[in-house]
Amino acid sequence: MTQPSLVARITDFANRADPYPLYAELRRTPVLHEEEGEPYVISSYWDIESLLHDPRISSDAANMTAAGADELQSESTGLPPSFIRLDPPEHDRLRRIANSAFGPPHEPRRVDDMRGELHTIVTELIDGFAGRTEVDLVDQFAYPFPVTVICRLLGVPREDEPRFRSWVDPLVASLDPETRQSAGPEFVQAAQEARTQLGMYLAGLVEERSKDPRDDMLSDLAAGKGPDGAMTMMEVLSTAVLLLIAGHETTVNLITNGMLTLLRHPEYLQRLREDPELAVNIVEELLRYEPPVQLVPQRTCITDIEVRGVTIPKGSRIWLMLAAGNRDPERFKDPERFDPDRDDLQHLGFGSGIHSCFGAPVARLETQIALAELARRLQDPRLVADPPPYRPNAVLRGPRHLTVTFDGLNP
Amino acid sequence: MAADYVDWLRREGRIVIVGASLAGLRAAETLREEGFTGSLTLIGDEPYEPYDRPPLSKSVLLGKASPEHTELPRRRELDAEWRLGVPAAGLDLTGKRVLLADGEEVDYDRLLIATGVRARPWPVPEEAELDGVFVLRTRDDATALTEKLRAGARRVVVIGAGFAGSEVASACREMGLEVTVAERAGAPLVGALGGVIGAVAAELHLENGVDLRTRVTVTALEGDAMGRVRAVHLSDESVVEADVVVVSLGSMRNTEWLSGSGLGAGPRGIASDAGCRAFDFRGIVTDDVFVAGDVARSPHALFGYQFLSLEHWGNAVAQAETAAHNMICPASDRRPHMWMPAFWSSQFGVNIKSVGVPPMGDELMIIQGSTAERRFVGVYGFKGRVVAAVTFDNARWLEYCQRQIEQGAPFPVEYPTVDRRPEGRQPVAADFPDPSLPTHGPTVTLSGYSPADRRLVFTPGHH
Repeated sequence: MTQPSLVARITDFANRADPYPLYAELRRTPVLHEEEGEPYVISSYWDIESLLHDPRISSDAANMTAAGADELQSESTGLPPSFIRLDPPEHDRLRRIANSAFGPPHEPRRVDDMRGELHTIVTELIDGFAGRTEVDLVDQFAYPFPVTVICRLLGVPREDEPRFRSWVDPLVASLDPETRQSAGPEFVQAAQEARTQLGMYLAGLVEERSKDPRDDMLSDLAAGKGPDGAMTMMEVLSTAVLLLIAGHETTVNLITNGMLTLLRHPEYLQRLREDPELAVNIVEELLRYEPPVQLVPQRTCITDIEVRGVTIPKGSRIWLMLAAGNRDPERFKDPERFDPDRDDLQHLGFGSGIHSCFGAPVARLETQIALAELARRLQDPRLVADPPPYRPNAVLRGPRHLTVTFDGLNP
Repeated sequence: MAADYVDWLRREGRIVIVGASLAGLRAAETLREEGFTGSLTLIGDEPYEPYDRPPLSKSVLLGKASPEHTELPRRRELDAEWRLGVPAAGLDLTGKRVLLADGEEVDYDRLLIATGVRARPWPVPEEAELDGVFVLRTRDDATALTEKLRAGARRVVVIGAGFAGSEVASACREMGLEVTVAERAGAPLVGALGGVIGAVAAELHLENGVDLRTRVTVTALEGDAMGRVRAVHLSDESVVEADVVVVSLGSMRNTEWLSGSGLGAGPRGIASDAGCRAFDFRGIVTDDVFVAGDVARSPHALFGYQFLSLEHWGNAVAQAETAAHNMICPASDRRPHMWMPAFWSSQFGVNIKSVGVPPMGDELMIIQGSTAERRFVGVYGFKGRVVAAVTFDNARWLEYCQRQIEQGAPFPVEYPTVDRRPEGRQPVAADFPDPSLPTHGPTVTLSGYSPADRRLVFTPGHH
C-alpha cells in the first residue's frame, strides 16, 4: 500500500491537531513537488521569506486561474479581486487607499484609540461567564470579540452578525484545499454566491455611509479622501469583504491557539497573570509557534525561478508553508519549544513583503488584551480535552471549540 | 599568553570610547552584553547623552518631536564613566592615552574611535556667523533652527540638495514656509543616487512648491546692519532674499584630533581592516585601536574590497557591534564587518530607501513601477552585476534587491517582475556626476581618497 502524498496528509483533517511532525518531514525536501500539476511546496524559513519579497512571484487571481486553481476569484462572483489577490500597481493603489482609512499617516490613532473599547468588550464577554465553571472559549469569547471589533472598525452593525456569518462560513471553508477538492463544483458555486451576497449586503451599508458618514472605515472608503483618490464602488466592496473576513477569522484562531498554548504551558499563564506586559512577547511567539494562517496557497511564478537548485517553471503554483518555516531549525534555536523569552522573536505569522498582514496592528492588540485578561480573571483554568476538536481548515487552522473549566472569576 | 591577555582585558581592562553618539553607545552596550566587566569610559564633545539624529531634520523641525526627547533608547545598564561636553584633543598611541581638550588624560587598554562627522560649515566665517545661518547636525542645531523657523521666518534658503538639505526643504514646505533650494549639481540627490533619480527628486521639490535652483552655487551670504542674514547671492547673479539659510553641504569627518598621532586618519576618515582595527599611517594594523561609525572606512568584500565610508544609521550600529565584539574576543573569534550599506530618507511624503552602493553603479534599470508615478524599484549595475537598489515608496521589495546584490546577480535584469513597465526594459546611464567634481557629499565615500586628490608619490626607497 502506498502512503498518501505528504501534501495530502497535511491537508487531511485527521492531522489537523498536530501537523508539526508533517512540517518537519516537509522541510527535509525544502522544495517539494510531488506530482505534475501539484504545487511546489516551500517550507524553509529563509526560502519563504525570500519568495514573499520576490517580484517574480504573483498573487494575482488571474495568474492563479491560468495555473488552474482559482475559480472562486473569477468574475462570476460579480466582485473584482481584493488587493490580497492582486499584484502591483493595482494592489498598491487599493491597499494604500484602504490603509489611509486605517492607519498612519492619515489615521494614526484609529487602532490605538480602540484600546479602551477593546478592554470594555473583553471585560463584558468575560463578565458573561459569571456563575459558570465551564465555557467554550471559541463560541463565547474568541469568536465574538474580534467580530465585534471588526464590525465597529468597519462600521458594520454587530447585530447583523448571524446574517453575514452565513456568507462568511462557506467563503472561509472554500480557502481550504482539501474541502474544495472533495466538494466539487456546487461547493465553489455556493462560495461564489456567498461572496456576491456579502458584497450586496455591504453595498447597502456603503450607500448609507456615503450619505451619512460616521467615524468608521466604510465611511472613509466611501468618501475616498486619501491622496490616491477614491476606490470604485466595486473595489470598496471587495475591500470590505476582505477586511470583514480577514479581520476576524484569523484573530479567533490566534486567541484560541494562544489560550490552548498557555494552558499547555501553565508557567507562562502564571507569569502573564502577574505581568500583563508579557502579552506582547507571548503574542509574537504564538505567531511563530501556532500561527493562525498556516500556509499561503495563492502564489504563482511569472517566470522560471530557482529555489535551492530546483527550477520552478513559469506558471507553477507555489505554496508557502508559513507554519513550517516558523519552526525551521535552520532559522530558530530550539524551534519546537514555545518560548516567549527568546531574544529573537521573529516569525512569518503575518507573512512578509507587500502582502504582509494588513490588520496586524489590530490583531496584536486584540490578542494581547484578550490573553492578558483571560489569564488575570479565570481562576485556575483547565483544558477539558487536549487536543480540542479542530476546524477542518488547513489554511486557517484553529480549534473549533476550546472548552475550559475554571473555579471562578476574579473581579 | 594572548588568551590570558584577552581574559584579563575582559575582566579588568580599561576600554575608552571616544564619541558618545549612536556608534559609541551601541559599542558600549555590546561590550557589556558580551561580558566585559572592566572599566568603560565614554568621551563626547556634546554635553548630551547619546541621541538620535534622523528625527532632527524631520519630525523635530515639524514640531512633532522635541529635540530634547530624541535620546537613544538604552538596551541595558552600562555602568560607564561619561566624560561629556569635552572633546578629545589628541591620542598618544605609544602611551595608550587619550588627551582631552581640558588637559586631562585618559588611559586605555583598548580604544574605540567613533567620533563621527560634523556638518561642513559655510566656508566664509563672517558670513557663517550671520544671525539666521544654520547647519543641521546636532541637537543644538535643531533647537536653534526650529526656534527660528517658528519665530516667523519668511523665506528659507537651503544650500545643497543632498538628503539632509532635501529633508529640511520638505519640512519647511510642510510648515508653509517659502523655500529656495540652491544646488550645484543638475538635480537633488545626484551624489547619492545619480541624475536619473535626481530628476525624480527634482520633480518632488517643484511639485511641493520649492523654488529649486540647480547648477548654481552660492557666492555670498549678505547680512544687514544688525548682522542678520538678509539675502543669498547665486552664481547666476540672481539674489534671493532670505531670513533663514540652512547650509547643507555634507559633512566632515572628525579626525583632526588624531593628526600627528600616527594613526591612518585623515579627511576621508580612519582606515581599518574588515574587523574594525584601525590602520596606522603606514598601513599597518594596530592591535588596540578600533573604529566604528561614520568616521570609519573599511574594506567591503561585496564591493571589491573597496574602502567604504558610510554615513548610515544602520552601519553605525552594526559596525559598533562588530568592533566591540572584536575588541574583547580572541583573534580566532573575530568577525568582519560585512554590513550591507542601506539608508532611508523621508521627504515630501515619499519614503526613499536604498541598499548597496548606488554611486558604484554606472547603469540603472527601473525593474518595478515607474519614475513618472514616483513609486518604483531601481537597480544599479556595474560590470554586469547588480550593486545597489533604490526604492521610492516601494520599500518592501528592497529585501529581494539586497539578496540580488549579495548574490552578485547579473545586470541588466532581464526577467519579468510583477510591476515591470516598458520604461524599465533597457538599462540607462545612472548619470552620476564626475566624482572629481565637488557636489554635496554623498552618503558613501567609495574609496580612500578623492580622485581629485591623487597626488601621492610612491617612494619605497626612502623610509
